[in-house]
Amino acid sequence: MNALAFNPVTAVLVIPVSAAVLLALLPSYRISARLNVFASLLTFVAALLLFVTERPQPGRYLLIDDLNIVFIVLNSFVGFTTSVFSASYIAHELETGRLTPANLRFYHAMYQIMMFGMNLAFVSNNVGLMWVAVELATLTTVLMVGIYRTHEALEAAWKYFILGSVGIAFALFGTILVYMAAQPVVGEGYDAMAWTLLIQHAAAFDPGLLNVAFVFLLLGYGTKVGLAPLHAWLPDAHAEGPTPISAVLSGLLLNVALYAVLRFKILIAASPEAIAPGPLMVTMGLTSLVFAAFMLYRRRDIKRMFAYSSIEHMGIIVFAFGMGGPLANFAGLLHMVMHSLTKSAIFYAVGHIAQIKGTQRLSSIRGLTESHPGLGWGLVIGVVAIAGLPPLGIFMSEFLVVSSTFARQPLLAIPLVFGLLIAFGALLLRLTGVAFGQPRGSTAPVEGSYMPMYSHLALVLGGGVYLPPPLVAWFQHIANLLG
Amino acid sequence: MSGGITFDIAHLLAGGLVLVSFMMLYQDRLYSLLNMFALHSLVLTLSVAWQAYVQHAPHLYVTAAIALGFKAIIIPVALHRMIRRLGIHREIETVVGIGPTMFVGMGLVALSMVVMLRVTQAADPLAREDLAFALAVLLLGLLVMVTRRNAVSQIVGFMSLENGLVLAATGAKGMPLVVEISVAFSILIAFIVIGVFLFRIRERFDTVDVRALDDFKGKRRR
Repeated sequence: MNALAFNPVTAVLVIPVSAAVLLALLPSYRISARLNVFASLLTFVAALLLFVTERPQPGRYLLIDDLNIVFIVLNSFVGFTTSVFSASYIAHELETGRLTPANLRFYHAMYQIMMFGMNLAFVSNNVGLMWVAVELATLTTVLMVGIYRTHEALEAAWKYFILGSVGIAFALFGTILVYMAAQPVVGEGYDAMAWTLLIQHAAAFDPGLLNVAFVFLLLGYGTKVGLAPLHAWLPDAHAEGPTPISAVLSGLLLNVALYAVLRFKILIAASPEAIAPGPLMVTMGLTSLVFAAFMLYRRRDIKRMFAYSSIEHMGIIVFAFGMGGPLANFAGLLHMVMHSLTKSAIFYAVGHIAQIKGTQRLSSIRGLTESHPGLGWGLVIGVVAIAGLPPLGIFMSEFLVVSSTFARQPLLAIPLVFGLLIAFGALLLRLTGVAFGQPRGSTAPVEGSYMPMYSHLALVLGGGVYLPPPLVAWFQHIANLLG
Repeated sequence: MSGGITFDIAHLLAGGLVLVSFMMLYQDRLYSLLNMFALHSLVLTLSVAWQAYVQHAPHLYVTAAIALGFKAIIIPVALHRMIRRLGIHREIETVVGIGPTMFVGMGLVALSMVVMLRVTQAADPLAREDLAFALAVLLLGLLVMVTRRNAVSQIVGFMSLENGLVLAATGAKGMPLVVEISVAFSILIAFIVIGVFLFRIRERFDTVDVRALDDFKGKRRR
């Protein structure tokens, strides 16, 4: 009993669920917002404890290994800072009457269920359970995207729903195929879905089945990652939902789907006769990168623009993991962490901006550094980071991706660098308009703290200047695992 | 029970599912599309029940019961009433004509046979053919979704796609979590159906034709 009480693995799952139940029952939104922050903080602490406590033996359902600890810690950290941001954001939404207290009760409960779904997807040792968890996390975000009940929000939620459903259907078909491949070797029942057993026996699986399975899994989970040409839901969902949800969508949910793709990539790579998963991922990654980079120029809506930037960065990450090898995997992992931190920081800034100005149109937002220095410069740092300028963290990971590509496949480096430069140009072009010049629109002060935004930016800066050796060693170890 | 007849019946039911999927492709009325879907779910129920009997897997009877109760009866009846309330029992606006759709459908079935039968040579023949049929049903469901503009018929397409998944999952011998997954899918579908209905009640959509939504999109934000 005592061991169970201090088990951080169960804690990262039980805390969000119990918080969700409480939040669904509590009528007062002030208490709920605080409880939401508190529960997210507890989850984050529990996730940190995963580093220090002894790891449980992989069971039938749950598994903790070096790979998923990184994801869980990142997930619960961004989940925590977003809950802090969300508390000030929703207070404003309530004042302006865009949301009612009943909406908020629902919103907070959903927020915790989403955190539960994502954490469950990370810790599950069962490919079927992982699928259910990803579905749960998606479903909750769909409900939150549509929470404003405006025509645009419903349209975005509907599109997200339909495309996401087709995606999860494909992912399930792929999962069934993996089971079919595993069943003759591992035996019937739960064993043939347990991650640890699958990896051990992967070499003996039927390679043909694994090939088809991977195509379906990549398409299915790739829809969730937002890879072009399956990305259509992503910009709408980001633009029309509440901004805290845009932040968790970009910063976290895309990572959950990416994690699923990575897990299956390891599995396919463990079978010597199956197709190499790399080239498929490289192609989809590059397509997303170049496509999104061009799309960045045509955006009129600030949240939509950063949503396309997320597609671009997911493209880079998938490309890096597709290239494989210790260096590219390391770069991909670092890029994923840095992107999550930076993009959610940007969305925190964008959320405040959209609330002050009462619009998301880029042309109506001007001169932020003059009217709101704290916010404006935060956005400037965020966009400079996301565009990949030194000395921030994304520069370092992009540099590693590019240099490892040059060393191994110089031809692939050309479209990669091309896409990066195009995106860079688009982001800086828009940034100058938004951040500098004569202020336009309302100059009301921001209510709420910049702490979440600046803490993320500080981490991104820290990551660019100095990575602590234990972290580097950890990431290198995972990079080797990923093959 | 001899292997021959077991195999033949499973084969017949799975093949029947593909056939009904084809019949859904050329329905041009919402009501008849719904009837076809009810038939689709009924065939699925029989197929799952047969698998439960053959594999001696009593939990699959639960999946069969869900397919019968929820998908063959409740959902079609609910959608029927919804269509009547919404007054959209007119012709389905298909994007592509019926002829080309049927040809594409045939191509998809051929594709799934070629792909699945080739890669699953080592697998047990019953599961193997089930999987090929399941992929065909899945792709045909997707085809129904992309050739229709109407939100209700897209839901029907999605549900037939999901029937294909249930067929694949029950065909995979001894696969765990099948019941849980079919429950999860039923919840998902219930959400979709309730969602469309609620949005209409709130009168945010003037029509459940999703093309109208697409038109709306470009006007204000981009």
